[in-house]
Amino acid sequence: QNSELFTLTYGALVSQLLKDYENVDDVNKQLERMGYNIGIRLIEDFLARTSSGRCYDFRDTADKIQMGFRLFLGVTPSITNWSPAGDEFSLHFETNPLTEFVELPDHCLNLKYANVLTGVIRGACEMVQMEVTSWFVQDQLKGDNVTELRIKFIKRLEDAIPAGED
Amino acid sequence: MADEVLFELLHSELVSYVLTNSEKDKKHGDLSTLEYIGFSTGYRIIERLTKDWPRFKDELDTMKFICTDFWSSINKKQIDNLRTNHQGVYVLQDNAFRFLTRLSAGRQYLEMAPKYVAFTCGLIRGALSNLGINSMVTAEVQSMPGCKFHIQVQRV
Repeated sequence: QNSELFTLTYGALVSQLLKDYENVDDVNKQLERMGYNIGIRLIEDFLARTSSGRCYDFRDTADKIQMGFRLFLGVTPSITNWSPAGDEFSLHFETNPLTEFVELPDHCLNLKYANVLTGVIRGACEMVQMEVTSWFVQDQLKGDNVTELRIKFIKRLEDAIPAGED
Repeated sequence: MADEVLFELLHSELVSYVLTNSEKDKKHGDLSTLEYIGFSTGYRIIERLTKDWPRFKDELDTMKFICTDFWSSINKKQIDNLRTNHQGVYVLQDNAFRFLTRLSAGRQYLEMAPKYVAFTCGLIRGALSNLGINSMVTAEVQSMPGCKFHIQVQRV
């Protein structure tokens, strides 16, 4: 019930960003960056709350991201469309929790309204040593039947070796 | 609850964004942007919250709702103390305001307090506005994490 507070606040934020930036693409970038800042801290709460250990593989990661959506936004997307290499999958949302009360005006068609989510996923995964990228393949705000968020594994992040050591 | 954490982090990002922007433009008091984001949110959220409620009897009844159901829904606790002069001024006291509990206990970092109450001032103002009450809402922080929200009803 109270993801409404988040959803409505987010909507007001997007409106504000559209006023502050002339270029819609800058709004998209700002949303992603804010998502990243949220993600790097949200992961700590997720790990503490679920007592999660290391992911065995990317399928495990997919399950955990799905769990994250349930925990924090009260929705459970389905995991679909695995790539043959197992390094890409999609999350299908019957309803996007962020866009429930939203309509896009005509001059905002390039707006990636829910772009904060791509940042959250990137930030959260980075904190557990994974570089991933994500993007919206389908968007109900733009007339598609479902919202589809695709997530791709780029590489494992090793801890940086301090200068002067081998 | 998990959704609280997500909202706290979003609120943090809002505060950062507004402050970063105002540095660039050298604008002072861009807390008004934060207040306006709160206003928009409060205006819309009150509709959802009062959907199944009968009309409020009077202004005081409305304020009591803000102190109880509204505050609980938003902040997971009720307002601790409500005072009024029965002439349009109300003081809502929260002894452990959620965005201040993490800052400090006492007077340390007091200068940061305004940034963390601006959104909520707007939230209250927006909620009241959609309930037909025009007001000015400010906050007074003397010792964290306590906060007093001052509502001044504007009678046209």
